[in-house]
Amino acid sequence: MSFFLETLIGGLMAGMLYSLVALGFVLIFKASGVFNFAQGAMVLFAALAMARFAEWLPAWTGIGNPVLANVMAFIISVAIMFAVAWLVERLVLRHLVNQEGATLLMATLGIAYFLEGVGQTVFGSDIYKIDVGMPKDPVMMLESVFEGGILINKEDFIAALIAAALVGALALFFQKTPTGRALRAVADDHQAAQSIGIPLNRIWVIVWCVAGITALVAGIIWGSKLGVQFSLATVALRALPVVILGGLTSVPGAIIGGLIIGVGEKLSEVYLGPMVGGGIEIWFAYVLALVFLLFRPQGLFGEKIIDRV
Amino acid sequence: MGRTIGEVVLDLNNVSLSFGGVKALSDISFDVREHEVRAIIGPNGAGKSSMLNVINGVYRPQEGEIVLRGEHFSRMSPYKAAQSGIARTFQHIALFKGMSVLDNIMTGRTLKMKSNLVQQAFRLGPAWREELEHRAKVEEIIDFLEIQHIRKTPVGRLPYGLQKRVDLGRALAMEPQILLLDEPMAGMNVEEKQDMSRFILDVNDQLGTTIVLIEHDMGVVMDISDRVVVLDYGKKIGDGTPDEVRSNEEVISAYLGASH
Ligand SMILES: Nc1ncnc2c1ncn2[C@@H]1O[C@H](COP(=O)(O)OP(=O)(O)O)[C@@H](O)[C@H]1O
Ligand SMILES: [Mg+2]
Repeated sequence: MSFFLETLIGGLMAGMLYSLVALGFVLIFKASGVFNFAQGAMVLFAALAMARFAEWLPAWTGIGNPVLANVMAFIISVAIMFAVAWLVERLVLRHLVNQEGATLLMATLGIAYFLEGVGQTVFGSDIYKIDVGMPKDPVMMLESVFEGGILINKEDFIAALIAAALVGALALFFQKTPTGRALRAVADDHQAAQSIGIPLNRIWVIVWCVAGITALVAGIIWGSKLGVQFSLATVALRALPVVILGGLTSVPGAIIGGLIIGVGEKLSEVYLGPMVGGGIEIWFAYVLALVFLLFRPQGLFGEKIIDRV
Repeated sequence: MGRTIGEVVLDLNNVSLSFGGVKALSDISFDVREHEVRAIIGPNGAGKSSMLNVINGVYRPQEGEIVLRGEHFSRMSPYKAAQSGIARTFQHIALFKGMSVLDNIMTGRTLKMKSNLVQQAFRLGPAWREELEHRAKVEEIIDFLEIQHIRKTPVGRLPYGLQKRVDLGRALAMEPQILLLDEPMAGMNVEEKQDMSRFILDVNDQLGTTIVLIEHDMGVVMDISDRVVVLDYGKKIGDGTPDEVRSNEEVISAYLGASH
């Protein structure tokens, strides 16, 4: 029992990060109808910026304090992701308004290759470390409830807390502020939103900035665990099946979809892994998404897909 | 009535618009004077909605220009139109379905909001105060339209007639100088139509808002409008006071010849 719970909780914690990345993805889709294939590349790019600036800043400026260096690297990385958002809107989206979904998808593929290329040219293509002081030791929890308690990975636990806090803050922002209201308006009806003077371009920049922040935070967490390397983009792309599962237009769907995939990956790895061989983690999310596409293409919470005439 | 009809505020010159082979508008010219109620009528497919869409920049005409208070535009954009004091409602209701009545109408205040993202995110004084001011204004509109009882209801759940009212409320929240209404009474019963006519006349009379109105119900049109433009197959076939239009031969034959 406690082993099952350990696996379950581990899955939920891992899933929280998928939820975070999926949230950035869903916001972009809601606000602009763009299926953002570059989300994975953004995670890689942001993590590279963070890792390298944390390394470069002490060398350039003589800052000895590692906390200060990390904070400054984080601020610079946020600024870089905001600049990316602004450039994407200026150079790409603005010129593709009202184009087919497929055209926009291709454009984000272009953005993905561009970010991966530029990222590795500017920041390098080795494996880099991010050390933001994440604890690496496991802890025992709930010893009073279960015999022997549950062994939890502290790093995963803190990561999940951070991701959950960020998801919560963003959800509040979009529910409670005028800008959030404007974004929901754009998501519901582009044309009506424009006709009351909501500037679409500004909303696009905002959602890409938000997606940039979620990419950075996820990049830092995964990067500090796995090292910053090219495969980070692939890990982050597992957020794609998450949104198919949750429904492309649904914020709660992104969150719950992320958790389901996280739990599914861990449980199937532990319980099915021995039967079908390892590596389930890599394809599990995609297979689950495929099943969903067949039986419920709008996802768990998405709106029914009806072509408007 | 407390209003006096003023100068031309909106002038359309030789506007033509086509979709592929379909000519939705051919060489249309007419003007709209300040404070007046200007109706656009015509059978289905005549190009009425296209006309409104050209005025607020949803459609871009291939030829012609729009003159708004002396400023010439060969192409308008919806954002620019909104900034210039033009609000509109839609023939096929385009409310934000997932949001409450209150939130829908609040979105109409967008252009009047000055607080920035950071102030909003942390609910700093200025953003909070501003939100309350806009909220007060929106409550006024809700009272005016007599929809207090549904303030918190998601608009998707409302009956059609009430949705049309919320659509008007959202446009009014912009405090527009010019209000474009695309069939605001379509699908309503007699009582609902009377309420809607009263709201439109009150807005026109008390706020001095210029109104461009598309409507099918001839009784209503003749009742509330100062001047009427008649379109048929994308061409203008009549323009004048309700009485003039009513006795225009071409208009009579268009209406007798077409089902609408
Ligand atoms: N977005 C569009 N694409 C193609 N054709 C359109 C579009 N909008 C209007 N039309 C065509 O233009 C003509 C006029 O339509 P519309 O302006 O909606 O007429 P009305 O509002 O008077 O009923 C019709 O033939 C219609 O099919
Ligand atoms: Mg129409």
